[in-house]
Amino acid sequence: MFGKLTLDAIPFHEPIIMAAGAMIVLGGLAVAALLTVTHRWKWLWTEYLTSVDHKKIGIMYIVLALVMLLRGFADAAMMRTQQAVAVGPEQGFFPPHHYDQVFTAHGVIMILFVAMPFLVGLMNIVVPLQIGARDVALPFLNSLSFWLTAAGMLLTNMSLVIGEFAKTGWVAYPPLSELQFSPDVGVDYYIWALQISGLGTLLTGVNFFVTILRMRAPGMGYMNLPIFTWTALCTNTLIIVAFPILTVTLALLGLDRYLGMHFFTNDLGGNAMMYVNLFWAWGHPEVYILVLPAFGVFSEVTATFSEKRLFGYRYMVWALIAITVLSFIVWLHHFFTMGSGANVNAFFGISTMVIAIPTGVKVFNWLFTMYRGRVHFTPPMLWTIGFIITFSIGGMTGVLLSMPGADFVLHNSLFLVAHFHNVLIGGALFGYFAGLNYWFPKAFGFKLNERLGRWSFWCWLVGFYIAFMPLYILGFMGMTRRLQHYDNPEWQIYLIVAAAGAAVIAVGIGLMILQLFVSIRDRDLNRDYTGDPWNGRTLEWSVASPPPFYNFAQVPHVHGIDTWASMKAAGETVRVPDHYEDIHMPRNTAVGLVMGGFTLVLGFALVWHIWWMAGVGLLGAVAALIVRAMDDDTHYTVPAETVARIAKHQNLMAERG
Amino acid sequence: MQLEIQRPGEYSMRAKNAHAHNDDRESTSTTVFGFWIYLMTDAMLFATIFVTYAVVFTNTAGGAGPGELFELPFVSVETALLLVSSTTFGFSMITARAENKAATLAWLGITFALGAGFLAMELHEFGGMIAEGHGPDRSAFLSGFFTLVGTHGLHVASGLVWIVVMAVQVTAHGFSETIMRRMMCLSLFWHFLDVVWICVFSIVYLLGVILNV
Repeated sequence: MFGKLTLDAIPFHEPIIMAAGAMIVLGGLAVAALLTVTHRWKWLWTEYLTSVDHKKIGIMYIVLALVMLLRGFADAAMMRTQQAVAVGPEQGFFPPHHYDQVFTAHGVIMILFVAMPFLVGLMNIVVPLQIGARDVALPFLNSLSFWLTAAGMLLTNMSLVIGEFAKTGWVAYPPLSELQFSPDVGVDYYIWALQISGLGTLLTGVNFFVTILRMRAPGMGYMNLPIFTWTALCTNTLIIVAFPILTVTLALLGLDRYLGMHFFTNDLGGNAMMYVNLFWAWGHPEVYILVLPAFGVFSEVTATFSEKRLFGYRYMVWALIAITVLSFIVWLHHFFTMGSGANVNAFFGISTMVIAIPTGVKVFNWLFTMYRGRVHFTPPMLWTIGFIITFSIGGMTGVLLSMPGADFVLHNSLFLVAHFHNVLIGGALFGYFAGLNYWFPKAFGFKLNERLGRWSFWCWLVGFYIAFMPLYILGFMGMTRRLQHYDNPEWQIYLIVAAAGAAVIAVGIGLMILQLFVSIRDRDLNRDYTGDPWNGRTLEWSVASPPPFYNFAQVPHVHGIDTWASMKAAGETVRVPDHYEDIHMPRNTAVGLVMGGFTLVLGFALVWHIWWMAGVGLLGAVAALIVRAMDDDTHYTVPAETVARIAKHQNLMAERG
Repeated sequence: MQLEIQRPGEYSMRAKNAHAHNDDRESTSTTVFGFWIYLMTDAMLFATIFVTYAVVFTNTAGGAGPGELFELPFVSVETALLLVSSTTFGFSMITARAENKAATLAWLGITFALGAGFLAMELHEFGGMIAEGHGPDRSAFLSGFFTLVGTHGLHVASGLVWIVVMAVQVTAHGFSETIMRRMMCLSLFWHFLDVVWICVFSIVYLLGVILNV
């Protein structure tokens, strides 16, 4: 009846897990109680859960990312604590089988449920506004993408209290991840969580690619695209090409595990290194999927807060394109030690070093944008400057690792761990935080508290260096990654320092939460009535904050880069068009949510081999899609009078502000 | 490709007013373009499985290889069914543009029958191989074969479901802009499966028998 699922799957004997599970349940209950007390359920349902508005979906993505950041960081803090104490006779808090799940969950959550939803959320909020569009090309698909991502996220978190998560590391290399060595459900959770959320990401990629190609305002040629939109275009191109590879890779691993096939097994002709190659053929482009939008944020932030146009826009665009292409020919540097020979390793070593060139071009673009500008040290700008320094260090250690000879020594050491945290935190995450501070007033109509934002930044930056610089040293001292316990007492002091760094980062996260809380409490003090709080340069700042649901009462005409800046310079900022027109908008729909729900059921059932339930999940999802296809009443018209009334109200607010 | 995208505009004449008409045409061409991009991701998916197959297809682990297992005459008939079904789907598009409901439904029915025949033959081939001990768990080569051909088969099966849904919609709503947009996407999907099958037939079956590993 319930496949492999029994009551034994719930780890009652593990106090840490039960406490974490209880916290999740209590947190959920608290939110539910708050919604009930404030009578907000209906509001939540109509304004967010069933919305197909790209701005609302973007906000939901970022909320998901921030919540998962807490979970991912909790995992990180536990690992740092464990390694700070588990030396010699001490075994620390976690037995190996639990510690292995923690580091796997940390990687999976941080990359797929923090970084991915964060950048997709930023793209959702910003891209249609920057290109003068009223929504994305396929609004229902956008909602479905979000709910698939949410389903994958929920599945990952269910593994905490029902069964277990993978003990393989976030890459799940076979043969370790094969049934023979991982007979439990952990790897199955991993496979289905990634498949479901990966499908959501793939659909996002298609959606935004089409949006940017087809929905631009008249006059916006490719060399007039705002730079963040350019990075989004490159990222979505990478998603379109790379994510199908992940889908296939995980499907093949799943076939090995479920149907006894032999793609990656040790016996009967399987080839485990094929998995490693396929995984990184997705995985390396994935790194650029994560970091390119962050580059876009930095470019926008640097230009706005230096009060100058971006230096070398064209070079920036070509550098982006170069990185996009190069990202597909470097995958082998993740496993130089495979033993593919000197020539192959030399090729991939050199192609990896070549990527440093367009990246270096970007760094100089940002520096020269600031040069002789009036730099405003707002929180987004602080994150940007922190990024430039931190990312440059991470980039240099990356070039060091790109030399096969050096890599043979440093492979899978803490030097590697320090390197990729250096680029992912200092590169991608700092960028998302800059974007959060920069576009928050656009999404909500009030600014975030700047003082707390600055404190949070300094804690993150200082904490980062304290936490990760010791890991470089430990790498040189020969400490490998993913150790639950070690015998070399010389390592301990560095690991204690690293743990202290994690504590400083924890303060930074706490300040972020406080920043959100204080800003929402004092929102009336920080209202943005103008729609343009930073003296921005691109079209998203030309509309009210938050923008009306149709974004633009009249679709703007674009001439050149930084349209809004040139409109302001020419004094053409009046937001009252000569006439209003009817606007065609998509209706809310719960189908995305329902399909996400059924897909979650499907994933859970497949993990536990509950075949009837899997049938229910699959049929439910397909049926919901067919019901949607049968519904012809998916759009409605906003009459011109309504548009005029909303616009007049907002202009009044702007004048009063 | 440009032609394919522009063509849906031709049958938007019944839109109630010029404005809505423009909106519909815009959204049709955007949706069809989006579907093209989706098909490109599907092409990536098949490309990855092809690459995998290429890596493992000599790894027969002492079991039977392609030369021993594939019956070209049988597969040729199977191939013919699918290729002809592409033609018949083309006819259903032509009759749909002429707004001939009965003929469109008939051609959709024939396409469905051909697709179902193809799938039945494929399943028969699979069944026979498994019965003789050449199932996907026998060797990496057979894992690759069943996965590649089976993934295509799964696509055909979803295409069949889509044809049924489409037929119901045509019956209920006739040839509105939305219906024609979906017909167009289904058409692209069905022809795409043909293209993939031609690769499967050439690389898996023909090359397999020629190389006879």
